[in-house]
Amino acid sequence: MSVPTYDVVIVGAGIVGAACAAECAAEGLRVLVVEAEMVGGGATAAGMGHIVVMDDSEAQFELTLYSQRLWEELAEELPPSVEYDRCGTIWVAATEDEMRQAERKGKFYAERGVAVELLDARELREAEPRLRRDLWGGLRVPGDGVIYPPAAAHFLLSKARAHRTELIVGRAVIEATLGGEVRLQDGSNISSGIVINCAGSSSPKLTPQIKVQKRKGHLVITDRYAGFVRHQLVELGYLESAHAASSDSVAFNVQPRRTGQLLIGSSRQYGAEDARVDQGVLARMLNRAFAFMPGLADLSAIRVWTGFRAATPDNLPLIGPYAEGARLYLATGHEGLGITTSLGTAKLIVAQIMGRTPPISSEPFLPIRFMQESAHV
Amino acid sequence: MSDEVTLFIDGVPVTVSASSTVCAALLEARAIALRRSVTGEPRGPLCGMGVCFECRVTIDGQPHRRSCQILCREGMDVRTDV
Repeated sequence: MSVPTYDVVIVGAGIVGAACAAECAAEGLRVLVVEAEMVGGGATAAGMGHIVVMDDSEAQFELTLYSQRLWEELAEELPPSVEYDRCGTIWVAATEDEMRQAERKGKFYAERGVAVELLDARELREAEPRLRRDLWGGLRVPGDGVIYPPAAAHFLLSKARAHRTELIVGRAVIEATLGGEVRLQDGSNISSGIVINCAGSSSPKLTPQIKVQKRKGHLVITDRYAGFVRHQLVELGYLESAHAASSDSVAFNVQPRRTGQLLIGSSRQYGAEDARVDQGVLARMLNRAFAFMPGLADLSAIRVWTGFRAATPDNLPLIGPYAEGARLYLATGHEGLGITTSLGTAKLIVAQIMGRTPPISSEPFLPIRFMQESAHV
Repeated sequence: MSDEVTLFIDGVPVTVSASSTVCAALLEARAIALRRSVTGEPRGPLCGMGVCFECRVTIDGQPHRRSCQILCREGMDVRTDV
């Protein structure tokens, strides 16, 4: 039997791999996707599915905004199972300082063409009556939304397969080489023009030198309480939690699902390899949520789970060739933003493969930024 | 302490033994279906010990309470979903 050759082999069928497959296939490239476990598993299944514009850095803002707009463009095509809901985000201010932060954030977004609405304390109570009553206000970003990520990954992969993309599920890749070769656990090799490592928090297992670390998170889902929460609610202290480089951190983050269920998060832990629920972290996370929204404590939770984000040292993903001219590409390290930025990531990757000018600057996301850093040490 | 309590099931007063669970009161007072599943199918108590979640009703405005795990109280407002 001859070994088939492909233009692109994508390792990992999470939402990033699926989005890359759809874009590559639409270009007429012959694509193979290899997934060790299941399509739309891993962090794609574990995360909330918040489509959010974030302003941690100019680069992050540009990628999340570009991606959010791609989701909007795709909205009409999305099947009902994706549960796309433009519910908007409200960034909640608990203190006067955070209210100033909400104003600065609002100005930053507005200056860059994103619709925002600053809410005072009374307007916040009207928008979300279940929140604690003594909060200062918040910032509404109406263009943000929510999806069900595993269904989105299946949809993107089905788009790819309509353009003759092949899919292998249940065979683990143990190495993705710089020369564009994929080694499978069963001893076989697949050669390809280009290999894209989209394996999320497992990506360093295939390409050991890359700077991706596992960052554990917990989520809780409740029974159905339609209308309890209307927007995705995130405390303004969230970025602080996302930045806490060493210690465990929690932040108030609640999401309404189409079913009426609520997702309650969030936690972040480095160095926690164990997938079991950490009761101490779970308690801290829920107490944080109850402090913002006391009524949550009376609801019935039906499941708790954990997942692993793929974190990088500068909080930006790795998108592009492993090194100048390498046939190995990376599309990983999206931390908590992979659902949002999967679509933008795929557009950047395809522009790089096809040698076109990227739709937004790809520079801040190039994996080579860490290679240069280590070369200078 | 009285041996009986009166609670309201979908607005109708029902008097039961004070040691009854809400589930027992519901079974005494009405048909077995208490709620609808996500796909609209009728659902009613199955395990009677808090595991299956099939007997959920709204109690004093709080949805999704397991009726088999809660004792009846005087004046309790119980709402079914069928």
